[in-house]
Amino acid sequence: MNEVPPALPVRNDRRGIWPTVVFVGLCLLVAGSVLIPLWTSKPAPAPKNFNSAQQQSPEFTAVVGQLDASIEKEWREAKVKPAPQAPALMVARRLSLGLTGTLPSLEEIRALEEQPQEQVIQWWLTRLFEDRRYSDYLAERFARAYVGVENGPFLVYRRHRMVDWLSTEIQKNRPYDELSRELINANGIWTTQPEVNFITVTVDQNDKDKGPDEVKLAGRVSRAFLGVRLDCVQCHDDFMGGSWEQKNFHELAAFFAPAEMSLTGVRDNKKKQYEFRYHGKMDDELVTPRVPFKPELLPKEGALRERLAKWVTHPENKAFARTTVNRIWALMFNRPLVEPIDDIPLEGTYPPGMEILANDLVAHHYDLQRLIRLIAATRIFQLDSTNRDNEHHVTDGQEKLYASFPVTRLRPEQVAGSVIQASSLRTIDAEAHILWQVTRFFQQGDFVKRYGDIGEDEFNQRSGTVPQRLLMMNGKLVKERSDENIVMNASSRIASLAPDDVSAVETAYLCALTRRPTEQERNYFVELLNGIKGKARFKVMEDLYWSLLNATEFSWNH
Amino acid sequence: MISPEMNQGCGAADHFSRRTLLKAAGMAGLTWLTPLGQLLALDAEKKKGSPAQSVIVLWLQGGPSQLETFDPHPNSPIAYGTKAIKTSLKDAQLAAGLEQTADILLNMSLVRSVVSKEGDHERATFNMKTGYRPNPTILYPSIGAIISHELPNQKIEIPTHISILPGQWPARGGYFGAAYDAFKTGDPAQPLPDLSLRVSDKRQEQRMKSVSVVDQAFMQGRQPDFDAKKTLHQQSMQNAIGMMTSDQVKAFDVSQVPLAERLAYGDTSFGRGCLAAVRLVERGVRCVEVTLNGWDTHTNNHESQGALVKTLDPALAALIADLKRRDLLDRTIVLCGGEFGRTPKLNPLEGRDHWPHGFTVAMTGGGIQTGRVIGATDPKGEKKEPENPVHVEDLHATILHALGINHEKEIITPIGRPIALSDGKVIRELLA
Repeated sequence: MNEVPPALPVRNDRRGIWPTVVFVGLCLLVAGSVLIPLWTSKPAPAPKNFNSAQQQSPEFTAVVGQLDASIEKEWREAKVKPAPQAPALMVARRLSLGLTGTLPSLEEIRALEEQPQEQVIQWWLTRLFEDRRYSDYLAERFARAYVGVENGPFLVYRRHRMVDWLSTEIQKNRPYDELSRELINANGIWTTQPEVNFITVTVDQNDKDKGPDEVKLAGRVSRAFLGVRLDCVQCHDDFMGGSWEQKNFHELAAFFAPAEMSLTGVRDNKKKQYEFRYHGKMDDELVTPRVPFKPELLPKEGALRERLAKWVTHPENKAFARTTVNRIWALMFNRPLVEPIDDIPLEGTYPPGMEILANDLVAHHYDLQRLIRLIAATRIFQLDSTNRDNEHHVTDGQEKLYASFPVTRLRPEQVAGSVIQASSLRTIDAEAHILWQVTRFFQQGDFVKRYGDIGEDEFNQRSGTVPQRLLMMNGKLVKERSDENIVMNASSRIASLAPDDVSAVETAYLCALTRRPTEQERNYFVELLNGIKGKARFKVMEDLYWSLLNATEFSWNH
Repeated sequence: MISPEMNQGCGAADHFSRRTLLKAAGMAGLTWLTPLGQLLALDAEKKKGSPAQSVIVLWLQGGPSQLETFDPHPNSPIAYGTKAIKTSLKDAQLAAGLEQTADILLNMSLVRSVVSKEGDHERATFNMKTGYRPNPTILYPSIGAIISHELPNQKIEIPTHISILPGQWPARGGYFGAAYDAFKTGDPAQPLPDLSLRVSDKRQEQRMKSVSVVDQAFMQGRQPDFDAKKTLHQQSMQNAIGMMTSDQVKAFDVSQVPLAERLAYGDTSFGRGCLAAVRLVERGVRCVEVTLNGWDTHTNNHESQGALVKTLDPALAALIADLKRRDLLDRTIVLCGGEFGRTPKLNPLEGRDHWPHGFTVAMTGGGIQTGRVIGATDPKGEKKEPENPVHVEDLHATILHALGINHEKEIITPIGRPIALSDGKVIRELLA
């Protein structure tokens, strides 16, 4: 008997294979893009524009020498001995945290370690400057000084647009004086002219007809660009021993009186003037715009805000340069050179380094990248935060005079960024897989809120808190980024792919703490991993990661 | 008096877990951490007859209208129809809707003439919570931070300064530091976040041991008191573990309270927050702030305030009654109010705007006189100055005084400037 093959089922079977083939193919493609770099010792690509000769020019080296000499003189006078030099990786960690809000990745560490010792820091800075994370992070930190962290008046304020614009300008290394002038003298619509949000953030939500608030703007300008707390005399003359008078503040505010809201956004209306009732007076009076110091630098011609912007950024107005130096210094050390950050004396003596850096900033047309390079090249930025000697531990005096690198608490976004980066072997930047970028965006926001964002109080030195520890010990972010997940988490990849226990421990340390373990640490953790295989090994590595992320060292800049 | 649930103690498994973890965190040997030790200490504290020891702040964020709550002027043009009701306190009326509070008003006092110079929410909130107007050069501590700092309680393993349902500006530690910030938590119907270990005790013990190995390497060459003076990292970790493994943390869990008792506060997150506040001060917490948000009624004032009053009334009345029943009212000051009041006149949108020129704060407990009504606002709403005005800082001075804290004590702040805990005057009329 001839059997009739069942035609339809056969055709069906053939059709049925294709979806499976396509599915498997797609899986392989995804696996290829995501899983192939499971274990990488490949260094990150080099920066495009690194010029070793330029960064080590005699002129640059001479300025660094002046900075070092001025600080060393102070140490000698105070009879303070400096801490030893920090390892290059530790310095790289400080730069990444201060300039991108996260840690160097494993592939970046590999690339760093291939650089000659004498150029490693400047090479690393070049790479950071080419990374969008740098400009995004600096833009956010600057924006806190310019407009705070609140959302502001809903209809006329777009904070994220301003931050994006700032980031683009910082990425271009736009001279800082130009950028500042654009903010103070901004006109137009807040959506198409992002810098104008500096002005519109001060509009009263409940009274938009009133226009931008002169008083708030004067306060912001004096603090963010001049390093002077002129708003302290808003209500009365200074009775705390200073010489500021109430009129100094309101005369500065009067420069913003013409700014008004119109159909074309912010514009100047010359007819608008500023009136104020001074302390002890019965009536409002017309206030004439005057700058609080160095009136000879105020241009005679132009609109009021334009003149003010030029006065603020005038090369001879050193307050502007000092304020800029202080802010960049604070971002890099997590502590301003003059404290508080926005209260710098207009004259007198300054901490070593301030005048040299401020003069250099003016001479080099407010080049922020050069300023960062100079600070990073100083001896003090490259000192250790400990004497590494239990017989002679670091003293408060040493830290106060920058004879050791100051130990400061990381900000919430730095901790979140570090947890996320530490849990990946590859760099999570604009080039990273979209999966990592999206994960970073969502995980970071929730963590920062719960860890406790300190808003504008950027550089108040604070200690750790119980809610922070609970969040790090038991919270979702640390759990998700350290548990068994071969696709996303470094701990699992290390557990399954590291060639031996020693390199597993070393890799985890490099990812989380940007250093290698001490001999004692290595022996301790290798012992824990010894002979452990399969699922149990994932758990041991997860515990190791948890311990590194919960150690003091992880949450502090040092 | 010790409430029944405090006698529950913890099971053998809990004991093991606690001992193991505290040992791993370096806290073994602290005898007061035993449940019996805690109970004896709390009972002793109650019996001392000492001044007030805790404060509960019912924070009405947004600015409640005095006219629709504690200071109605029925039949006057500024009432715009708001009715008043009689109360257990002779000659004092409350706005309709506060019937349960009216019944227990005899146990409270009203300050109807609080004045401030702050008409902006953020600034006024800061002013009310700290007793100082905002100053760019220094961050003042909230009253809860001051109390926690001045009356340290060694017997407590949970934060001593707590903010339940925190609004936009929860109480802060100010110049005392972040360690004194209020511990923020949400609706007590939900478990506290991050309090449960993610792994077994055995693994956790191993993790803690590993942390100490890494910390040991980091501490090399640093001052021996580096943690205590600088980072508080290890100390915070120990405190976190103390909290995770403490019986006291059950105070947050109001589901343990019989349903009828719970519902007396109203079936709202604010009501549950008030119940948790009572349970927390019972454990020795120094200050609990419970926020009821939404009082900023620039439009449709009467309807919006009325809805909030429905939430406030049962919670406030049950809180006072519960504190009294648990023998806690004598040592717990309760304060109920917001950052300012609202304008006597309705605006065109039938809303009331901000009014810092005479608004009400209700107070009781902890040596605060009951049955008093201090100050009065103008029934026609024409005078800006109320009778017998009370300044915000005076409320702070009075509370600190009732707590046995010298309000004039000066603290050397981080900027080197000595600042008094409060620069107000004690309101003698408010003291029992």
